[in-house]
Amino acid sequence: MGIWQAYRMAVKSIFSNKVRSFLTMLGVIIGVAAVITAVAFAQGSTKQITDRISQLGTELIQVNIFGRNTNRDLTWETLNEFALENADVIAAMAPQVTGNMTVKAGRNSLSTTIRGTTFDYSVINSQSVSEGRYILDIDSDLRQKVAVIGSRIKNKLFENEDPIGKTIKMGEQIFTVVGVLEELEDGAENTKDDQVIIPVSTAQRITRNSAIRNYAFLATSPKNVNEAMDRISEFLTGIYGNENMFRVMNSAQMLDTLNSVTETMMTVLGGIAAISLLVGGIGIMNIMLVSVTERTREIGIRKAVGAKRRNILTQFLIEALLITGLGGAFGLIIGCIAIWGIGKAGLVPAVYSPLWMALSFGISLLVGVIFGMFPASKASKLDPIMALRHE
Amino acid sequence: MIKTEALSKHYHIGDTIVKALDNVTLHIPAHSFVSIVGPSGSGKSTLMNLLGCLDTPTSGRYLLDGMEVSTMNDNRLAEIRNRKIGFVFQGFNLVSKLTALENVELPLIYSGASKKERRILAAEALEKVGLTDRSSHLPSELSGGQQQRVAIARALVTRPPIILADEPTGNLDSHSGRDILKLFQKLHELGNTIVLITHNEYIAGQAERIIRILDGQIVEDVEVG
Repeated sequence: MGIWQAYRMAVKSIFSNKVRSFLTMLGVIIGVAAVITAVAFAQGSTKQITDRISQLGTELIQVNIFGRNTNRDLTWETLNEFALENADVIAAMAPQVTGNMTVKAGRNSLSTTIRGTTFDYSVINSQSVSEGRYILDIDSDLRQKVAVIGSRIKNKLFENEDPIGKTIKMGEQIFTVVGVLEELEDGAENTKDDQVIIPVSTAQRITRNSAIRNYAFLATSPKNVNEAMDRISEFLTGIYGNENMFRVMNSAQMLDTLNSVTETMMTVLGGIAAISLLVGGIGIMNIMLVSVTERTREIGIRKAVGAKRRNILTQFLIEALLITGLGGAFGLIIGCIAIWGIGKAGLVPAVYSPLWMALSFGISLLVGVIFGMFPASKASKLDPIMALRHE
Repeated sequence: MIKTEALSKHYHIGDTIVKALDNVTLHIPAHSFVSIVGPSGSGKSTLMNLLGCLDTPTSGRYLLDGMEVSTMNDNRLAEIRNRKIGFVFQGFNLVSKLTALENVELPLIYSGASKKERRILAAEALEKVGLTDRSSHLPSELSGGQQQRVAIARALVTRPPIILADEPTGNLDSHSGRDILKLFQKLHELGNTIVLITHNEYIAGQAERIIRILDGQIVEDVEVG
């Protein structure tokens, strides 16, 4: 008896009990679909963030302050002076205060990101305006209520009107629109086109957030990045007394951090996958054991007419393999549909990982072998006399 | 064809030894039609299991077609059953999910015949038992007599030297039972060796030789006119 014959018998047996076979497969289907969808989600969001970070450029240095940052300790003006003193390695410095607020103009309103900063932010992020002007340092000095809006804000609040000189309301404050940012991402939600830029001093006031915890620096060239970071660290250590109160990072380090986060995420996913496939495997073993008991007489007949242990073992093992294989294949199809859906919905880009697909399919086959072995071996060891007497 | 020498099978039940079969020496030549008769508990089922190579004896020798089978392992016994013995059971023992033709093909699957060969041989066997027109029916769609004829076709399909029938008419009405017995007579005339195990005197009387068994021993062995 060849493998092909065993395969045909297995197909027959699986299809003669469609509902049960499907329910048995369900564990594997869900397991495989969950794994590849979760992996695609993780890889997709990583790709998205990686792309963003690499767009920032290698000269960018981000500084985060964790310490009690009262204006007594550190003001952006102090850091600005420091940047000017170190102009050989630092090309620009911009503070950032961000928050989410509802912006209104007339009867239109929407929620968006408010970013309080200075003119240098446009230099660091290569931002330019398509209409009007950018925030100037004098706006910050005088706490002017002026705003530069992204194209999404313009489209939603002003539709076809020219927004320059018009007013928008954020909280209780009224701002004059002085510029519109150049459109970069089709005016989509949660992109660079979906933000309002205001002077940092004004932002500190309206967000009631006097502490600035975020600064962006631009090194004069990629080779000066490390020198600039060292000097920034030294300066901040001088102010705070130790290095735990702040973090100085550039995009390369951010990518490193991101990769380690992704790795952790993958490990967790792998664990969840292993558990779900284990549970699926136990389900398969359970049903196979029931099936062996139900088919005891059939096994007895087969043995009486000349089936060897090996023949019975192969038959049941192939059946288990076919169940997990089919389950794995269905799981892949459902997973791919889910990934496509996630990509289509614009949550994260759709990433199809052939490696993980092959891996999860392979593991589902392995589960079939491991959990099918015990029932199959039990079937093959049945005594034909007892099996024939079985009712 | 079948030769046993002091064939015994003992079972341990607690501390006592039950001698299900005790020193049975038997010779059944080829082309004979033999009945083994005895009441239930006489040891005839044990003898049938041993003759059918489903079980191995505690002691003694069993030569089947010139081969010593009493010391063979599971795999070899499966092979012997496949090639040398055709079983017909009281309860038919057909696989319910398989059609009549597929049931008849079953022994050929394990003897390694090709699909084409299997189809031809199985169709031939079904023709011998007169069920060609029922070949694609499932056992549940057949009458008891028809099911037993499918089982006989399955026993014939590998052309084994011996057909072992265990109460083949036990689950049938008297009319179907007579048909099955006629079929055995016909197979015997065609040259098959048939061993029929029964507790029914009338059925036993259809054979040309009757072996009576009681308490695990042969008590009578007579040729019938």
